[in-house]
Amino acid sequence: MKHRRLFVLAGVVGAVALVAFLSVAAAGSKKATHAQAAAAIKAPKVPNAAAIRKKYGGQKITFVGDSVGNGHVRDTALAKRFTHDTGIKVSVVPHPAASDQSYAQLARAFSSKSSSIDVAMIDVVWPGAFAPYLVNLKPKLGKQSKLHIASIVANDTIKGKLVAMPWFGDYGILYYRTDLLKKYGYSAPPKTWADLFKMAKKIQDGEQKTNSNFAGFVFQGNAYEGLTCDSLEWVASAGGGHFIDGGKVTPNGVTTYQEDQTEHAFDNGDAAFARNWPYQYGIGAGAGSKVKGKFNVTVLPHGTSGGSVGTVGGWQLAISRFSKHKGAAIEFVRYMTSPAVEKFDAITNSNVPTIVSVAKNKAVVKANPYLKPAIASVPRVTRPAKFFGTHYNEASKVIYQGVNQILTGSPASQVLPQIKSKLQQILKK
Amino acid sequence: MSTVATPAPVPRKRRRRTKLQRRQTRLGWLLLAPALAVVAFVAIYPLGKTVYQSFTNQEFLGGLEPTKWVGFANYHQLIHDPTFRDTVVLTIKFTAITVSFEFLLGLIVALVVNSKFRGRGLMRAVMLVPWAIPTVVAAKMWQWMLDDTTGVINDLGIRLHLISHSHAWIADPSTRLAAVSAVDIWKTTPFVALLLLAGLQVIPNDLYEAAAVDGANKLQQFWRITLPLLRPAILVVLIFRTLDALRVFDVFQVLLGYRLGAQTMAVYDQSTITQDGHVGYGAALSVAIFLIISLFVVIYVTFVRVTEE
Repeated sequence: MKHRRLFVLAGVVGAVALVAFLSVAAAGSKKATHAQAAAAIKAPKVPNAAAIRKKYGGQKITFVGDSVGNGHVRDTALAKRFTHDTGIKVSVVPHPAASDQSYAQLARAFSSKSSSIDVAMIDVVWPGAFAPYLVNLKPKLGKQSKLHIASIVANDTIKGKLVAMPWFGDYGILYYRTDLLKKYGYSAPPKTWADLFKMAKKIQDGEQKTNSNFAGFVFQGNAYEGLTCDSLEWVASAGGGHFIDGGKVTPNGVTTYQEDQTEHAFDNGDAAFARNWPYQYGIGAGAGSKVKGKFNVTVLPHGTSGGSVGTVGGWQLAISRFSKHKGAAIEFVRYMTSPAVEKFDAITNSNVPTIVSVAKNKAVVKANPYLKPAIASVPRVTRPAKFFGTHYNEASKVIYQGVNQILTGSPASQVLPQIKSKLQQILKK
Repeated sequence: MSTVATPAPVPRKRRRRTKLQRRQTRLGWLLLAPALAVVAFVAIYPLGKTVYQSFTNQEFLGGLEPTKWVGFANYHQLIHDPTFRDTVVLTIKFTAITVSFEFLLGLIVALVVNSKFRGRGLMRAVMLVPWAIPTVVAAKMWQWMLDDTTGVINDLGIRLHLISHSHAWIADPSTRLAAVSAVDIWKTTPFVALLLLAGLQVIPNDLYEAAAVDGANKLQQFWRITLPLLRPAILVVLIFRTLDALRVFDVFQVLLGYRLGAQTMAVYDQSTITQDGHVGYGAALSVAIFLIISLFVVIYVTFVRVTEE
């Protein structure tokens, strides 16, 4: 009787711990099935491993890597292989899923001259902002950079310094359910936004009879960097405003969706159309996906006057100037941006290769149909990073906060002038 | 809390007492010195540095301009900043909603758990579970539960015919403050209940017995005995929760991110410093938030002093 309370408390704590453990394990098991797919093709071996081991073996570097989709699984597989071959320990830390928060994390580390980050994943719009804090990779990796697409290398070169190596490309594409298009009598995916709205509405009305969670179209509507990318596509392809009407073809919660929620909704069978980056393809086609074999990809629709576009995304690898193990870090970046690893990334994680020869490889194109010229040659539209320089993150915030307001019901006629005046203020700085 | 006054000892041999007293006072200061040094280093230095930075135009990622003194320019901008005003209003709204609900629910829970029933021990342990979960984890958990396509809350609501269709509780501007407040109330009601329970247990039982003998019913007992004797605990709880609610960050940042009209003072401050890189302006915001919260502290302390007299 005396110790009854203690036992009861212990029991409750144990029960809570068990529930927490089970839920984490359940969440992890979905990733595990994809990890099996990644392990099925082994990470490529490191060239010159013995020489690297002699010089840098035993050192420890920290890599701030991917967290969207199965990016972390891919990163840990590659890091493990690298460590095994060269003896350099790589600690993989996934960065925040929202790109604007990743930017803030790196800004904090660089401004405090911290040596805690050696290699970091850099968004295509950041080289200008972070250039003073990154190592010039031209001496050691300049030769390898010539294998990559010239425009991306140019994007990563600031004032003659190669501040980052291209790692994988990205551009917005449209995912669509082939089985549902057939069911409702459509022979081809929509070419204009108006068509998309019509088709999505018909499919949503039909499917909601059996699945109340079904939505016609999902995209990244949360107030974060991803929305700047999506809205740029609407604006650049002209006239992309109709489908935003809350609930008509999009779920109301779409204003909280980032990449992972978009992918979950589509791969769970709850959406007819989705706008996302190419990485979603591998997950949708993999084990555990409810839409395996039932979907395809194409270029995004355009307005009546514009043409289809895709916002340029893509990630580079950079080395911090304050790193204490620059040599080891350079070898890691050399490995990760090599043709063999880009091929591995493309096949296991559907990442768009930045090396021309890899993008043309037959096995790669088979696993990633969006690399076919019809889709891959879609005109790219870039976010306004060059105009805003170090203030890009702040400017992007103005854009995505404003667009998110419009998506949640504020009249565009009121919000757009506010965005314009705020951006002009930032440009003056 | 009422203090018991110790009667001053009658000094017999005055000189020896004073020397002893002086030595004890010196010893007291010596023993306090390390703690004061830590407080000065951890609290006063950062506070001082922040105040200093609020008078400069310092930026995070360097930039072409060197940091220079700008006087009250940041404060001038702050007063005319509509976004900041919105965040202050939202934070105060949130504080009012959550503190009142937490207090009422916490009081009910404390009263229930104070009475004798089977399984009371278990109840007291279980009721602390929400409080024990880290706020960020709890917020993420609720984000998934409140999701409009895959969330458990909408699913249960539809099955039990409480709602007709899925609501996007967090995305919808008309329900998002209620949703975030509900998460915070779920999390901190146990804390309030615990503090009030401690206060309840100090009230001696014979007071209730005497009141029952005099013919008072339960409601009268509550108003005349419980509430007045609980007042010190209530004041402590209200001060704690008000100051916590004014500084709220985790739950808003996780559930609502950085959308306009849904940021609290702390979220806006953090975003200004880390995302926009404006350290100087962010420091001014921090000082302003500090002053606003201090205002509430002053109000409470004056209120407490007035009621104690």
